[in-house]
Amino acid sequence: MPSYVITEKCDGCKGQDKTACMYICPNDLMVLDKEKMKAYNRDPQMCWECMCCVKICPQQAMDVRGYADFVPMGASATPLRGSEDIMWTVKFRDGSIKRFKFPTRTTPEGSADPLGGFGTHDDLNSQALATEPASLGLKEVPTKK
Amino acid sequence: MANWETVVVNTDLLICGGGFSACGAATEAAYWAKKKGLKVTLVDKAALDRSGAVAMGLSAINQYVGIKDGENTPEDYIRYVRSDLMGISREDLVYNIARHVDSTVHLFEKWGLKIWKDEQGKYVHEGRWQLMINGESYKIIIAEAAKNAIAAAGGEIIERVFIVEPLMDGNKCVGAVGFSTRENKFYVFKAKAVIVGMGGAVHVFRPRSVGEGFGRSWYPPFNSGSSAYFTIKAGAEMTCQEVRFIPVRFKDAYGPVGAWFLLFKSRAVSATGGDYMAVRKAELENWKPYGLVKPIPANLRNYLGMLDTEQGLGPLYMETDEAIQNIAAHYKDDPKAFKKKMKELESEAWEDFLDMTISQAILWAAQNVKPEEKHSEIAACEPYFIGSHSGASGAWVSGPEDLPTPYKWGYTNMTTVEALFAVGDGSGASSHKFSSGSHAEGRIAGKSAIKYIVEKGKEPKVDMAEVEKLKAKILLPLDLWEKHSKETTDPEVNTNYIVPRQFLHRLQKIMDEYAGGVISGFKTSKALCERGLELMALLKEDSAKMAARDHHELMRVWENNQRVYQAEAHIRSILFREETRWPGYYFRADKPKMDDANWKCFVNCQMDPKTGQWKMMKRDIWTMPGV
Repeated sequence: MPSYVITEKCDGCKGQDKTACMYICPNDLMVLDKEKMKAYNRDPQMCWECMCCVKICPQQAMDVRGYADFVPMGASATPLRGSEDIMWTVKFRDGSIKRFKFPTRTTPEGSADPLGGFGTHDDLNSQALATEPASLGLKEVPTKK
Repeated sequence: MANWETVVVNTDLLICGGGFSACGAATEAAYWAKKKGLKVTLVDKAALDRSGAVAMGLSAINQYVGIKDGENTPEDYIRYVRSDLMGISREDLVYNIARHVDSTVHLFEKWGLKIWKDEQGKYVHEGRWQLMINGESYKIIIAEAAKNAIAAAGGEIIERVFIVEPLMDGNKCVGAVGFSTRENKFYVFKAKAVIVGMGGAVHVFRPRSVGEGFGRSWYPPFNSGSSAYFTIKAGAEMTCQEVRFIPVRFKDAYGPVGAWFLLFKSRAVSATGGDYMAVRKAELENWKPYGLVKPIPANLRNYLGMLDTEQGLGPLYMETDEAIQNIAAHYKDDPKAFKKKMKELESEAWEDFLDMTISQAILWAAQNVKPEEKHSEIAACEPYFIGSHSGASGAWVSGPEDLPTPYKWGYTNMTTVEALFAVGDGSGASSHKFSSGSHAEGRIAGKSAIKYIVEKGKEPKVDMAEVEKLKAKILLPLDLWEKHSKETTDPEVNTNYIVPRQFLHRLQKIMDEYAGGVISGFKTSKALCERGLELMALLKEDSAKMAARDHHELMRVWENNQRVYQAEAHIRSILFREETRWPGYYFRADKPKMDDANWKCFVNCQMDPKTGQWKMMKRDIWTMPGV
């Protein structure tokens, strides 16, 4: 069952109309069982193991168990995603563990300026896109005659 | 009919999709729309932060030309794509993307994407065109810029609405219809122009893993051919529908091999130790001039490995241990530097998986793989439709206005249907645009579509009687379930309908066995294609008998319908092209050789939306003068 929910940890995102995992799953797989107040993956066979749900879960109530039809049991890769980096704990079948930390972005979340601070122009008819040629680092957009 | 509310959304520009090309379109279009007082609406079937092919992340940017530093020119990129696709590429489109892609990458960096740099502050290249990144949040960052751009322009982003059909006024696209995957709402979008950026297609062919791992495709299982279906149903001319892509990746989990081949200089060998690229070099003569070009085209590299597999020389292995030892040899006199380098390499190798194919990290951990100690198996995946990578399928779009291309009918990236633009995996014959080039192409089309609206945009004429008919057709699967599901004790087995998963298996079985899937060793023929089309006709008839028990299954029904159109366009195009040109993608066993005299051309097709009849045609290759 690729992504799965740990019964004890899931709080159904406290009864809001959608849970974090439902919100994020690119394949619309996560569902909240409103009676039990627990989320579940309704179709593990369609799971891509992208871990978007695992990364976003506020209770760390989700994980992935490798596809049963070709992954030997006992391993895991567990992310802990912050606002500028992500920590991974990779557990091997033989019990050994590797830990990695990678940066995820260089700017504060939400701050992306669509024009990137580059100069812009008003010419709808030119080949230059909004921030070009400045964002190309060139004097003009290359062309062929 | 299911009692769903109809929601009408009026907009100037409608962007269908939420991946890289759609985000590029939104970011650029919003800038011009704000100046011109126009509204941009983007509709995504998922959540923009994590939708599309880059949902999981990526570990590299695969298209950066490096024009400003004199590293390469757009002309160099034309030569690369021309050879890799065996002579079949729209050089005007490839050039256009290549001249804009660097600015997209520079914007990404400003937005917060961490691109690796060396001591001199220059980007670290994985290969000639590839840059290394820390890309776990790649999609989130790109989505953020698109969201901020649309918010600043007063536009709208609608998530969890699944786009199905185009709305047409003669040969002009005037919007789209779709439905919410969360509420009982049927959406009608009326627009002066529409951009299609809804990705390529997976699960048209049967995947290698059919149990729990059914969803472990290399390209994501949620890309279901929405772009191809939309443009085909609008009556747009399509191109390169035969040019599927089969990547060779680490076996089963499909982890990336790019860093191993390009960055770590690893070799791939057969079980007997032969390097098939060296052992089978003579075979490349049969595919010249392309076979003799460096880098050797992706499909030919595939093909040489496939020949080994066919002859029982598998498994194929990536020599990870040898590659690491070769690197370590440089540090043999300095144990401290060696230890540091090994630590670096280990981190890079694992990040490559953790950024973009977490399954591969889990599989290596589950098999106790230590890449420095032991090689790892690689294999060809199943076929996918992905015009942005090393495939080429998509709509036939107009070239840039300033280039001397014969393929130009006014507005860049407009399909042969007026007011309908296509980008990313939705536009064809402009391969190797990957994430960055797709975003750049989205920006190109975003500006172009706004220019179209300013110059020619008219209030969309939408026939609401036609919309009601579409609503009834699109919601029918819910009615079938409601009406018949209680007739049997197991609602999955019923004589009046089939459930979408079984329909999908039926499609995949046809494609796998008749159109050259994994089980057929990627081989097909005229006779097999013709029989496949006979079975496909029956499948299409039964498509109206798929039932859905909820919103989610209704989406699965329509994803399947989209896949069927992609599948049919594919078989018809393979059948029409009487040669084998990309032997590592598919092999026409009855026409085993490349035939430049007759088939160095595009194969295009068009379905008449009224009659459902397909027209197949050849289009000339145009090469950029002086390149």
